[in-house]
Amino acid sequence: MALIGPADQQRLRDAFAAMTRPVHLLFFTQTLDCDLCPETRQILDELPPLSDQISVEEVNLILERERAQAFGIDRAPAVAVTYANGTAPGSAPPEGGGLHWTDSRIRFVGAPAGYEFISLVQAVLIAGGRPLSLSEESRRLIAAVDRPVTLQVFTTPT
Amino acid sequence: MALASPHITAIAIEATEFPDLARKYHVTGVPKTVVNDEVEILGALPERAFVEQALAGLRNRERETEGGEPGTGHRE
Repeated sequence: MALIGPADQQRLRDAFAAMTRPVHLLFFTQTLDCDLCPETRQILDELPPLSDQISVEEVNLILERERAQAFGIDRAPAVAVTYANGTAPGSAPPEGGGLHWTDSRIRFVGAPAGYEFISLVQAVLIAGGRPLSLSEESRRLIAAVDRPVTLQVFTTPT
Repeated sequence: MALASPHITAIAIEATEFPDLARKYHVTGVPKTVVNDEVEILGALPERAFVEQALAGLRNRERETEGGEPGTGHRE
């Protein structure tokens, strides 16, 4: 049973159609002590049917600890948004394993439910190549950053 | 911002699922943005104001440590 209604599914399909590069979502999960992992999996599973450019891969936090650490993830559920660079417009993206996934450095810690689902969709669209809507001044400030900056945005589902 | 710079990472954290993090950062209302554990932004801001506030604290820190040794915390 889909979480997203048919009208919203179509809206999302239309939005995702504009993606110019594939997006691969890494879903960090663990078998025990993760009440919201199944719900997160269900939410994420809604996306690939809406676009050929979207894929989801599950990474077990315990069994693949190093991979989780590489993304700075130490809790579940969590999602890291990656994308494949260099897909020429109009060409079909190569199948699965041959792609090199670039980290967008966007993470979701906790189930991306409620309003956060919208944020996840936006993240997918941005990682998928949508032009950034940043002002010139913002771009200047951002370009001047020369050391790691971590933005932790606390939200709630409603 | 994360897409615009290789140095920036953006993490959305669901506060009700991780109360220890919410406590650690004194989250009493959302959205609340914490930048490098130093700067806090309460509420939602327009884009330019947000970017400016998020990065301004960082710039100040650079000015403070300019000419001094990083991590010593006192002047000779």
